[in-house]
Amino acid sequence: MSAMLTVWWKEVRENLRDKRTVFSALVWGPLFGPVFFAVMMNTLVTHELKKAEGPLKVPVIGAQYAPNLIEALKQQGLVPQAPLADPDKAVRERDADVVLRIPADYGKAWTKGEPAQVELIYDASQQGSSTPRQRLQDMLKRYGAEQGALRLLARGLSPSVAVPLVVSNRDQSTPQSRAGLILGILPYFFVFAVYLGGMYLAIDLTAGERERQSLEPLFANPVARWRILIGKLGAIGAFSLASLVLTAIAFSIAGHFLPAEKLGMSFDLGPGFIADAILLELPLIALFAVLETLVAAFAKSYREAQTYLSLLMIVPILPSMVMSFMPVKAAPWMYAVPLLAQQIGVSDLLRGTPVSAASIGMALVSGFACAAIVGVITAWVYRSERLAISA
Amino acid sequence: MIEVKDLHKAFGEVKAVNGVTFTARDGEITGLLGPNGAGKTTTLRMLYTLMKPDSGQVLVDGIDAAVDPIAVRRQLGVLPDARGLYKRLTARENIEYFARLHGVENAVMRQRRDKLVDALEMRDILDRRTEGFSQGQRVKTAIARALVHDPKNVILDEPTNGLDVMATRGLRAFMRNLKAEGRCVLFSSHIMQEVAMLCDRIVVIAAGRVVADETPDALRAQTGEANLEDAFVKLIGTEEGLAA
Repeated sequence: MSAMLTVWWKEVRENLRDKRTVFSALVWGPLFGPVFFAVMMNTLVTHELKKAEGPLKVPVIGAQYAPNLIEALKQQGLVPQAPLADPDKAVRERDADVVLRIPADYGKAWTKGEPAQVELIYDASQQGSSTPRQRLQDMLKRYGAEQGALRLLARGLSPSVAVPLVVSNRDQSTPQSRAGLILGILPYFFVFAVYLGGMYLAIDLTAGERERQSLEPLFANPVARWRILIGKLGAIGAFSLASLVLTAIAFSIAGHFLPAEKLGMSFDLGPGFIADAILLELPLIALFAVLETLVAAFAKSYREAQTYLSLLMIVPILPSMVMSFMPVKAAPWMYAVPLLAQQIGVSDLLRGTPVSAASIGMALVSGFACAAIVGVITAWVYRSERLAISA
Repeated sequence: MIEVKDLHKAFGEVKAVNGVTFTARDGEITGLLGPNGAGKTTTLRMLYTLMKPDSGQVLVDGIDAAVDPIAVRRQLGVLPDARGLYKRLTARENIEYFARLHGVENAVMRQRRDKLVDALEMRDILDRRTEGFSQGQRVKTAIARALVHDPKNVILDEPTNGLDVMATRGLRAFMRNLKAEGRCVLFSSHIMQEVAMLCDRIVVIAAGRVVADETPDALRAQTGEANLEDAFVKLIGTEEGLAA
């Protein structure tokens, strides 16, 4: 058995015996994303649906001034609540999403044929207030339009006279693409799985070995250090890959528990998606393995390496964050940037947009090229005298 | 045979090794004696090519360590100052790992391993994970691991450090055995009795230099002291860092 394989097998076997490493690489890493995701989506969707379809409870002040209006709103699903003494405060403190106030002179304006005013009191900065406000506003608009049309008819005019312009909305999004918007965070979980899958191994195999003083006897063997390094990188990569595959499988199972059809969305988490996503993420396995080893080689202790690598975990989040705050159009060059390529590639795949072989090829080439460059630096650091010496 | 010629190694301003020359011959036990911090470990680290000397030459069986470090390491069995066993592996797996790294055939490896296990009397701990081993059990495992490829030259850095009396006696017998097999045994120590008892040749190091390189008898004659302990103190110039 060659020296590289010997090192690889020993590291894999030794780390499979470490509960913490196995838990973080093969349980926590792969399951965190899918479980978090399924729970979050379900809560969100249930909440939204309740607000969008259920009876709309709104406190109404001055309902006695406009009985006809209230009756019409009731038919549209409004359930008037008792008036509040201080509607402004109630809205600010989230006791009510929106409050309807009808002034005392409503009836006078109405009978005169002047525009009668009603007030909506809400706080736009409160999350969750926009849906009920929108619904109430639409109800009022509909009532206003109906009454306007009746008045025109009473005067012998066609109601269409008052409607010079009609806007027709044609949404080009497909169910898949609407899902992709919500699932924008999903690509990060794949990157997270790859990163976390190898992290504890990378720490253990370099900083840990040094701390336990086993690097010095290891380097006394007649094996070039770069061969030892490759064996160790292979072990890290094997754990990363296992973590990634488990994540993909877990997502595809979690996909069955997502209430996608309720939102009129659909997304593709089938075997085709899994295969393409894993292929896209492959260069990250190599890149993270060398990067994590490089950082661990600089750390003086296990704990120090752990701190550095936890901080470094922010880096793979960046493309996801940027993409969700500033949705930019995916350009071909983005596939040449590792991490960005995985982000847009996986979101496209989710959305059901096929990713061209050229794009996948570019992601693979650029990712592995980056890994090779960092790998050369890591190998150079691995040659240093100080690496082996713990005290 | 290990030949060391005028080795120098500095860490910044500190000259850890400042002109060390000696020869350790086959079939002999050579002791590297010196107080703590004299440069023993650094010298040994340059022998097994963990460190590169600033100047000077190391030859193991005629192979230059600067030219072919991997061939040099193949000729050596090394027990470094850092024992560093793999805690999650058993003693047997620790030994087999190093055997494979040396490219030893499985059948040969099993034979050698069994021989070492018997010689070191460690059969009872062979299939236990090394986590929680006593100091003596750790040293035994580390030695078996270092010698499983049957090296002609054996380097032991403070092998009896931290061992109890029984373990120390066993280890000394084991070292005499290695000598009887015709190997070149080089070990470092700061314990005078041990060096006096075991060695055919004593290399005394102080402050990075060799201050004596003699047989125990010649050393006594050279310093004019009948007692070896007094001889060492005279050579080193101080009692600091030595143990009786």
